[in-house]
Amino acid sequence: MAYSDKVIDHYSNPRNVGTLDKSKKNVGTGLVGAPECGDVMRLQIEVDEATNTITDAKFKTFGCGSAIASSSLATEWLKGKTVDEALAIDNMEIVEELALPPVKIHCSVLAEDAIKSAISDYRVKNGLPALELSHH
Amino acid sequence: MLKLPIYLDNNATTPLDPRVLEAMMPYLTDVFGNAASRNHPFGWAAEEGVDYAREQIAKLINCDPKEIIFTSGATESDNLGIKGVFEMYSQKGNHVITATTEHKAVLDTCKHIEKLGGKVTYLPVDEKGLISLAELEAAMTPETILVTIMYGNNETGTIQPIREIAKIAHAHGALFMTDATQAVGKIPVDVIADGIDLMAFSGHKIYGPKGVGALYVRRKNPRVKVTAQMDGGGHERGMRSGTLNVPGIVGLGKACEVARLDMEADTARLSAMRDRLEKELTTLEESYVNGSVEHRLPHVTNISFKYVEGEGLMMGVKDLAVSSGSACTSASLEPSYVLKALGLSDDLAHSSLRFGLSRFTTDEQIDYAIGHVKEAVTKLREMSPLWEMFKEGVDLSKIEWAEH
Repeated sequence: MAYSDKVIDHYSNPRNVGTLDKSKKNVGTGLVGAPECGDVMRLQIEVDEATNTITDAKFKTFGCGSAIASSSLATEWLKGKTVDEALAIDNMEIVEELALPPVKIHCSVLAEDAIKSAISDYRVKNGLPALELSHH
Repeated sequence: MLKLPIYLDNNATTPLDPRVLEAMMPYLTDVFGNAASRNHPFGWAAEEGVDYAREQIAKLINCDPKEIIFTSGATESDNLGIKGVFEMYSQKGNHVITATTEHKAVLDTCKHIEKLGGKVTYLPVDEKGLISLAELEAAMTPETILVTIMYGNNETGTIQPIREIAKIAHAHGALFMTDATQAVGKIPVDVIADGIDLMAFSGHKIYGPKGVGALYVRRKNPRVKVTAQMDGGGHERGMRSGTLNVPGIVGLGKACEVARLDMEADTARLSAMRDRLEKELTTLEESYVNGSVEHRLPHVTNISFKYVEGEGLMMGVKDLAVSSGSACTSASLEPSYVLKALGLSDDLAHSSLRFGLSRFTTDEQIDYAIGHVKEAVTKLREMSPLWEMFKEGVDLSKIEWAEH
């Protein structure tokens, strides 16, 4: 399968690979996917509680090039956004940016799920109700 | 200077040996006659080329030249052998025994005969990819007309106990067929000593051309017949109609001759390179060789790298042309059914690479492959949440994954 240049770039030079301290109250962690399905994404955000802004984002992904690129791109986009802005990220924006083919749309869906799941974790840690996560 | 990418997918197909091309050339140009034209020299010359090829092939597998039926390839040979026996021996019975790790050309043909009212037993394999002789024995019935078990597996290289399988089939009055596409020309295959009644193989896996293959059909002890699956001019003793692919057949013949002469040297060189590749790659933690290490073809290794995903790995080893156990071309991932039959979990099946070496593979290429794969696996593991959890001692099977 031919990958777009942007997918290859993110795969070869992934942004923000790493781990944040999940014991911190202002760190939200989302772990989505399943090993049997061939992709697992862990996406973490660190939030500045005063401004409700995401100051750092890290990921680790087990998956194909498109899955790695989708999560790498997501961390890039998350930094500097408010939590509410982050919630508005739609998987189709990722599809468009990375020029993902139809068979790889599920990678973008997984990245959106990972963002929402990380935000939900952050909310629960801070006494807010969990988000209703739609599992695709 | 090393040319990239490096081709290590020789179980899929091999390059044409220059000696084979040379033998074929006249038949692609001047000697263009139809081998079935009996009344002029153009036909005679073509027929002579075909007859010589039959002899070259017969020498390699120890059969009579008349026992070779030329086809378009191993898939057609598998189809002709199985469907042809099923039709020809329908008075005797309707039961066929095969194994779950066979090539699709065998499995799908067996499914086809099930639709026609046949009964098929698909024997399981153990973790090494070997069938159980006791299970084969137990599966035999008076209705069993054919046992078809591949010689060497295309994904793992595992070699089945062919002689023992043939004995069991014969003891129960059934014929024994083998898809030997990966074995012929690579290891000694002797249809007499092995007790083979029908055998499918092809040209392009043994440095010959694509589009040509053969079905060996035993002519005595017992005399085996197959019902033709294509109607026409009654070529190949009535078993396979269609104008013979003369240049292809000449190429297959030459490829068999070269294989016979070079086999010993090729095997020694290829197995040494394969073993080195395997030894180096399994120094990576959590890497596993799939299939039998004791009983296998000399030029193949199949290794799973746990906690990295197959397609990501394929992308990481872009300088190598290899196969992955993951057929990740659609949203629904389907890991290799062969590896799953060995009992591998989906994730291990997904993260496997098959290395198939050839006569033309060099030590320099193997050195490069070792470094390239190690680098890719290490990089992907640093990026893998599963690897991190494994390193922290988390039991991944205890996690409730949100399947999507």
